[in-house]
Amino acid sequence: MDDLYRELILEHYKHPHNHGRLEHPDISAEEHNPLCGDRIRLDLRIEHDVITDVRFDGRGCAISQASASMLTDELIGMPVEEAKRFSKERLLDLIGIPLAHNPVRIKCALLALKTLKAGLYGVGHAPDDDDL
Amino acid sequence: MTSSMTLDQFDILALRREFPILSQPMNGKTLAFLDSAASSQKPRRVIDCLEDYYRRYNANVHRGVYRLSEEATFAFERARGKVARFINARSQREVVFVRNTTEAINLVARSWGDANLREGDRILLSVMEHHSNLVPWQMLAQRTGAKLEFLSLDGEGRLVLDHLDAQLQGVRLVALTQQSNVLGTINPVAEIARRAHAAGALILVDGAQSVPHMPVDVQALDIDFLAFSGHKMCAPTGIGVLWGRRALLEQMPPFLGGGSMIKVVSLHESSYADVPARFEAGTPAIAEAIALGEAVDFLQEVGMARIYAHERELLGYAIDRLAGVEGLTIYGPQTTEMRGGALSFTLEDVHPHDVAAALDSEGIAVRAGHHCTQPLHAHLNVPATTRASFYLYNTAEEVDRLVVALDKARNLFG
Repeated sequence: MDDLYRELILEHYKHPHNHGRLEHPDISAEEHNPLCGDRIRLDLRIEHDVITDVRFDGRGCAISQASASMLTDELIGMPVEEAKRFSKERLLDLIGIPLAHNPVRIKCALLALKTLKAGLYGVGHAPDDDDL
Repeated sequence: MTSSMTLDQFDILALRREFPILSQPMNGKTLAFLDSAASSQKPRRVIDCLEDYYRRYNANVHRGVYRLSEEATFAFERARGKVARFINARSQREVVFVRNTTEAINLVARSWGDANLREGDRILLSVMEHHSNLVPWQMLAQRTGAKLEFLSLDGEGRLVLDHLDAQLQGVRLVALTQQSNVLGTINPVAEIARRAHAAGALILVDGAQSVPHMPVDVQALDIDFLAFSGHKMCAPTGIGVLWGRRALLEQMPPFLGGGSMIKVVSLHESSYADVPARFEAGTPAIAEAIALGEAVDFLQEVGMARIYAHERELLGYAIDRLAGVEGLTIYGPQTTEMRGGALSFTLEDVHPHDVAAALDSEGIAVRAGHHCTQPLHAHLNVPATTRASFYLYNTAEEVDRLVVALDKARNLFG
């Protein structure tokens, strides 16, 4: 329990950063996790190939929502090319909980990243979960 | 065992010792297994039965003319007889061994459905069906042009039957669960069967959640097909049952082609075996079928009426105790009347995955998600629920632990 829900996760879950929607976003993407019904929507503002603003909303477990909150913090100010290469290892490092052997919950943790890739690459061109 | 209707403390402790997995520690606590609606635990004698087959008489069935194969065939067919008596089938020829409930329903949809349904025919289902009793009919409707109709639910999660006779017009088949895997609702199958037959329809009953938990008598219910899984009733995975009226089964074409299901095969055509062999192509799950027979013996020795009474008592206690958890909403009937031991709930807006993870850390195993009933969850207007479900080995003390752990979870996430 303490492993899975360290304080940082609960903090981001209860007080998510960059939560809400952007007016007239340059990119907006939404992904679902059909296993548990989690949903994340990500709005991005992009100026000169750099992400200048991000908002997310959705519903889901503490891990999926906290992971989205942490990811948005990283994205603001990041070049689009770097965001396209944002690896799942990097996100899991941020979250800082052992999920490598938890096949169900890792999908929760990676949902925001999957949404980001779907937005940046376009629907149908995003890498599969295993290749994030 | 005592002869009283419910299981007393002594019975329960003795029963629990029959299930080796229940005595192992889980996250530093004693395991409280509250997910039997997904798959039940297995008693030692069922586990031993599997091993005994592989150690002593492992051989293919219905083939060899040697001692081992004869012994395996005898045990396999004896298990079929035990299952037939368990559900009061007229003949063991009415018992088809399949992998699970899902395969049993797909068998009927493919075999009976493709042969009998035409464009415009109707199939009547309900909003509470598990995907296994929904998707095969959607696929059949796409193949044949048949139409799906649905019985709706009232606020307590019971079927609305006010317009049943009108809804049955033009219906060829009613496919209905006897007990909801989410709401716990027990449906009045006998009454619906009577009215379905009066309207000229057949009725298939999904018994995945009822057969393990209450006495089910196919003749008393007067139904046409019954599907259930072994693994939810103390038997191994990989074995399930389709029961069908013999006259119906005999008119149905094969589902899968291959060995065992034939009479005579030439290069361009074959004649098919009698039922049930016609529907059992290929080498079956022999050890698992024999172990299902052992599980049936075990359940009957405890007594299905006592198992039902025990679960009902536990359910009543759980409903009372959970009512005291702040922010908790129970879905389905709020009393034990015509209700089984699947108890789904939400805890304020804490996500069910988080609830389940919090309970897991206390050694309590529950299910979280949509439980293969997305349309039902859409109807309830919640994305997911947490489900605790009970079986013969569960105790009031486990309910107490559930309540304490839920309070902790609400404080953590709330």
